[in-house]
Amino acid sequence: MSASALLVSALILGGVCTFFGVSIALANRKLRVWEDPRIAEVEELLPGTNCGACGTPGCRAFAEALVKEEHQPSGCTVMGPDDVDVVAEYLGVDAGEAQKRVARLLCAGSSDVAVQLAPYQGHHTCQAAAAVTGGGKGCAWGCLGLADCAEACDFDAIHMSANDLPVVNPDLCTACNDCVVVCPKDLFVLMPIEQKILVQCKSLLEGEPAQELCEVACTGCGICAADAAEGLIAITDGLAVVDYSKNESASEDAIRRCPTNAIVWIDGAQFPELQVPERSFAV
Amino acid sequence: MFGKDFFKHGVHPPEFKELTAQEPTRRIPFPKEIILPLAQHIGAPAVPLVKVGDRVERGDKIADAGGFVSVPIHASASGVVTKIARAPHPNGSWSEAIHLEVDTWSAQEPRPRIISNWQENLSPKEIIDAIQQGGLVGMGGAAFPTHVKLSPPPEQKLDLILLNGCECEPYLTTDHRSMVEFPDRVHLGTRILMKCLGVQKAIVGIERNKPDAIEIMRATVPSDLDIEILPLEVKYPQGAEKMLIKAVTNREVPTGGLPMHIGVVVQNVASVATIAEIFETGLPLIERILTVTGRGVRQPRNLIVPIGTPLEDILQACGGFAEDAAEVIMGGPMMGIAQGNLRTPILKGTSGVVVLTTEDVKPKDVYPCIRCGHCLDACPVFLDPQILGSLGLHQDYETMMEHHLSTCMLCGCCSYVCPSRIPLSHIFGVAKASLRSQGVRV
Repeated sequence: MSASALLVSALILGGVCTFFGVSIALANRKLRVWEDPRIAEVEELLPGTNCGACGTPGCRAFAEALVKEEHQPSGCTVMGPDDVDVVAEYLGVDAGEAQKRVARLLCAGSSDVAVQLAPYQGHHTCQAAAAVTGGGKGCAWGCLGLADCAEACDFDAIHMSANDLPVVNPDLCTACNDCVVVCPKDLFVLMPIEQKILVQCKSLLEGEPAQELCEVACTGCGICAADAAEGLIAITDGLAVVDYSKNESASEDAIRRCPTNAIVWIDGAQFPELQVPERSFAV
Repeated sequence: MFGKDFFKHGVHPPEFKELTAQEPTRRIPFPKEIILPLAQHIGAPAVPLVKVGDRVERGDKIADAGGFVSVPIHASASGVVTKIARAPHPNGSWSEAIHLEVDTWSAQEPRPRIISNWQENLSPKEIIDAIQQGGLVGMGGAAFPTHVKLSPPPEQKLDLILLNGCECEPYLTTDHRSMVEFPDRVHLGTRILMKCLGVQKAIVGIERNKPDAIEIMRATVPSDLDIEILPLEVKYPQGAEKMLIKAVTNREVPTGGLPMHIGVVVQNVASVATIAEIFETGLPLIERILTVTGRGVRQPRNLIVPIGTPLEDILQACGGFAEDAAEVIMGGPMMGIAQGNLRTPILKGTSGVVVLTTEDVKPKDVYPCIRCGHCLDACPVFLDPQILGSLGLHQDYETMMEHHLSTCMLCGCCSYVCPSRIPLSHIFGVAKASLRSQGVRV
């Protein structure tokens, strides 16, 4: 092979390389999309659970929203207050006042107080039991106790108690909404923790028929409505309904005379007697 | 025009029909209380016409149709309305129902409302109205209002009425007894249907395990009508509308379509007999033939019961539970729903009550899928239960829709044949319920 052939091929290759190199350099200039470097930094600081509790589709989207100042760092319910401050300091913004919300169960019908008409065998999820005549529970609105919510919880905040009721640990609960979505009986609601008055029943039966099926059912008797401040509680469809816009007027007086203990005053955790000790937990 | 008298796939579970096949239908004493849920049919629930304290006679209309796809409800016994409140419904919910306290002293004579001169005086439209006013729904189980099936759009040409006397569910003998005991009523109902739809040809499909019904139905065909009695292979789900059409006519109902789109109207034989009754005796649908069977009940029987009788009273009329009774199912064992509450009333669409024993419902371990493909061979609508099952377990319901979940009719053949005992059709039912709650049409 002659030296000229070597030279020609080297020149061709070199020319092609230079051409593409210049093209890429130009394209990089022309088509470049500038991204705020802070987004990546903030995303690093966020917990990375992608739980959606803040209202955005994930931590990346939340980081973008933070940089654009559409959200406040306290919107993330998974981070502790210290981590929130770190993010706020980095962005030089106000951390914001977060309203701590937790999942509350609208049923207290554990297996020792609610009538079980028939045992359920078969695919062991609440969804499956609900598809077979609503499970074997006497009350058609009550908790089935097959732990779909505990399974769905990414934060280990829900544990099943010995009497088959899911117990939420308010310290771990981030109000991510997963349990609300998964429950076939729609028994979970996300509530600000300062709303302390709660009707733990969804049974639309009234009076005796309701109580025959569950000792702690709301019978729609109206005593709480009479005892509470004006307009706080109303009886609708055989169920006491609390108007939380009047939450400031709520007091423990309303619950004292409830014959079935269906309405309760919650300070912190729901079902304090069923609370399980906190376990080690890492995000 | 004709098919091969069978469809492909399907299963053949043990029949257990001998428990009640030869039991003549009998009436039972009226129960103390009758519970009539307002939602007894597919479509809008009925709207009550009575209030608490009203006295009603047997056969009186007590709730009116809530729309076109809806039918009225009639009092199935004379008595007093005690309350309009929630009562257990066979689907597991507690839904609004009219409660009647039955008169113990009453002769339970219905008020006469006979429509004797229908043949000369009534137009097809009026016949269909009378059928709606009679509160008639499909009595094979799905409880679809009959008059809707009889009202095809005007451009749709129909050429065949197909009567469903298959009764492919194990245990049940409701349709069997209707045909053996009331063949003339079935034929009269067919005559009314033929007049009102302008169809010249009717075929009655009956599975070969009911030779007495085939014989009696053949012997009683009126000479002026073109009604053919066609014995069919004994196979589940032969009685499913689409399977029956395929077996009899070799036509296939398109996915998402209705039998009327291929010129066929399918009616259950018990529904047709009730049509005859509306015109013959003037009685609306207030009672039905019901098979109470299974080894968990002391005296399996075929009963004629008022609609709205609670399960308790029906079981009591059959000698009560046997010692090892374990599970009460409304409908057949393949597609019926297990009941938890014995105050649940029977509805217009309840074709049977099956009581199984502990031996029948022994819990069995579920094993992983071994990809044997039995379920593919069993599925009558040619789905792939294997892939649907694993998608269902991972709750990937959207992908299940891509695999035609909406075609599945939850017949249970796949669960029946699965050697690993995976509750496939239960999983599909859960998927359908979940999708429906999100507003997807499945």
